[in-house]
Amino acid sequence: MSELNNGALAVQTRSLVKTFGGGENLVQALKGVDFEARCGELLMIVGPSGCGKTTLLSVICGTLQFDSGSVEVFGRDLGAMRPAELTAFRGQNVGFVFQQFNLIPTWTSLENVSVPLLLNGASRARAEAVAGKMLEAVGIGEKLHAYPSQLSGGQQQRVAIARALVHEPRLLICDEPTAALDAGSGRKVLELIKATACRPDRCVIVVTHDSRIFPFADRITEMEDGTVRAVRDGEEIQKMYV
Amino acid sequence: MLRLALKMLFGDRAKYAMLVCGLSFCALLMTQQSSVFCGLLLWSTATVRNIQVPIWVADEKVEQVNEVVPLRDVEVQRVRSVPGVDWAVPLFWNILQARLPDGTFQAIQLTGLDSATLVGRPVKMQAGRIEDLRLPNAVIVDQVAIKKFARKGIALRVGSTFEINDKEARVVGICETYRSFLGQPYVFTTYSRALEYSPPQRKKLCFVLVQPRADTPLATVLERINQLRGLRAFAADDFAWKTIVWYFVNTGIPISFGIVVLLGVVVGVAIAGQTFYLFIHENLRFMAALKAMGAGMGMLARMVFLQAFTVGFTGYGFGVGLTALFGNAVLTRGEPPFYMPWQILVFTGVVIVLICCLSALVGLVKIARAEVAIVFK
Repeated sequence: MSELNNGALAVQTRSLVKTFGGGENLVQALKGVDFEARCGELLMIVGPSGCGKTTLLSVICGTLQFDSGSVEVFGRDLGAMRPAELTAFRGQNVGFVFQQFNLIPTWTSLENVSVPLLLNGASRARAEAVAGKMLEAVGIGEKLHAYPSQLSGGQQQRVAIARALVHEPRLLICDEPTAALDAGSGRKVLELIKATACRPDRCVIVVTHDSRIFPFADRITEMEDGTVRAVRDGEEIQKMYV
Repeated sequence: MLRLALKMLFGDRAKYAMLVCGLSFCALLMTQQSSVFCGLLLWSTATVRNIQVPIWVADEKVEQVNEVVPLRDVEVQRVRSVPGVDWAVPLFWNILQARLPDGTFQAIQLTGLDSATLVGRPVKMQAGRIEDLRLPNAVIVDQVAIKKFARKGIALRVGSTFEINDKEARVVGICETYRSFLGQPYVFTTYSRALEYSPPQRKKLCFVLVQPRADTPLATVLERINQLRGLRAFAADDFAWKTIVWYFVNTGIPISFGIVVLLGVVVGVAIAGQTFYLFIHENLRFMAALKAMGAGMGMLARMVFLQAFTVGFTGYGFGVGLTALFGNAVLTRGEPPFYMPWQILVFTGVVIVLICCLSALVGLVKIARAEVAIVFK
């Protein structure tokens, strides 16, 4: 795999098509999408409900198969990978922050965060040591042994971010990370993602409806009806959204 | 990850308790009912086990020990004449009515032993001496008789009397026997007195008890006796097994117990399978999240199987433990029947493992079919 620097292509899709159902119920969620995300940037995908944002995200991270076109993540063609390869690739290279956090309720913060390391073969002791440091880094070092039900929404999302970053993935996928949070918590979560996740060799892709967090983006890809309508950066974002 | 899989299981206490209860009930039904069934079949062989001789000779039509087809007295002589027979003695065995002092009746199994040798005597005496059977009107009763008579308000002891077929029977001893299938007490007396107690009949000899010579193999003696016209010889163990098989084939008992055991399996599959499926269903989102984070199906399968087998073995342990407690209680009382050979434990264990495998497989299919992308919904 080529060395990845700031500005290098992290994700690239060409003529990506994904349909659901069949016959009269056929829905074309992605209609030949060309999309790019670069290392070192925080890219947001925005658009109205049903425009294909989450479908595109699912395809990019290899959790959903596509019908045609191509998807390359860090130079690897996802379409050519077998399911087991794809699972291993995700485990090593992709971190997830979900809208509903998806923290396992019967595991403590420390256990939830140590999962990606355990799945990558780390020992329990090492996984818990690294997970503990990560939880401290996201500001909830005092909640190591708390269960998700004992945490606020903002704290749960912090645990989720720690879990997404603990194994140092090069692609961080965030699906509506602020949707379940109040305005203050949402802002703090984005500040945290910006501070901890954005690095020259890493790409952060955020799907969101929440216009309050648009200013955190380096670039914004706007989608509409299964296609990319526009890509905006720096000044444009400031003009349109701030 | 496996430790975390267990934590995931134990964390959902309601489902864990439901799963363990379901499988415990399943294991309890299977082991307890099978043990009572085996105990009942064992009771059917009580006469063979109470009268300990190597070879039983009966009429050729006899299929099991509780079936009596009377023989002529000369059959004893014919058997004695077979080469390889060390000794052969007559045995009377039949169900008669004992009349108690208050006029009530009690069915008994009258067993008449050869008066010279007392072969077939009870192994353990609680009171009195076996040799006293040679006294006039003497009988020895077993511990079941003491209980049965006591229920009718009569305290039977050495020296007590009752009547058999209008003739006096005086208790000279109390022995211990294996309880019989019908639960009637054993009453031992001499062969000649048993003939006096029994109603008039042309042929009265029930069995010939045989000891082979030390230098002749048992199988050889059995073969030689079987060549005698009208007679059939059984090794004691074989006779007991034939009796068990007879009850198995000719009564509705196996069907009755089999239905209950099957019910246990159905309850196990229904409760455990359904609850485990629900457990997986409710955790499907988290399983999909694990898949998204890089957990392969192999890892998820190990987690799910560990969860299934943990509830399986816990349920099995509780179920078998409860059966053991039941067995301990009934063995002290002597009834209902109970016999738990290791085969029952193995059979139940295999069924529980199959239920666990089935539950785990159904759950795994659901996980395998789940789109990982559901984590984004």
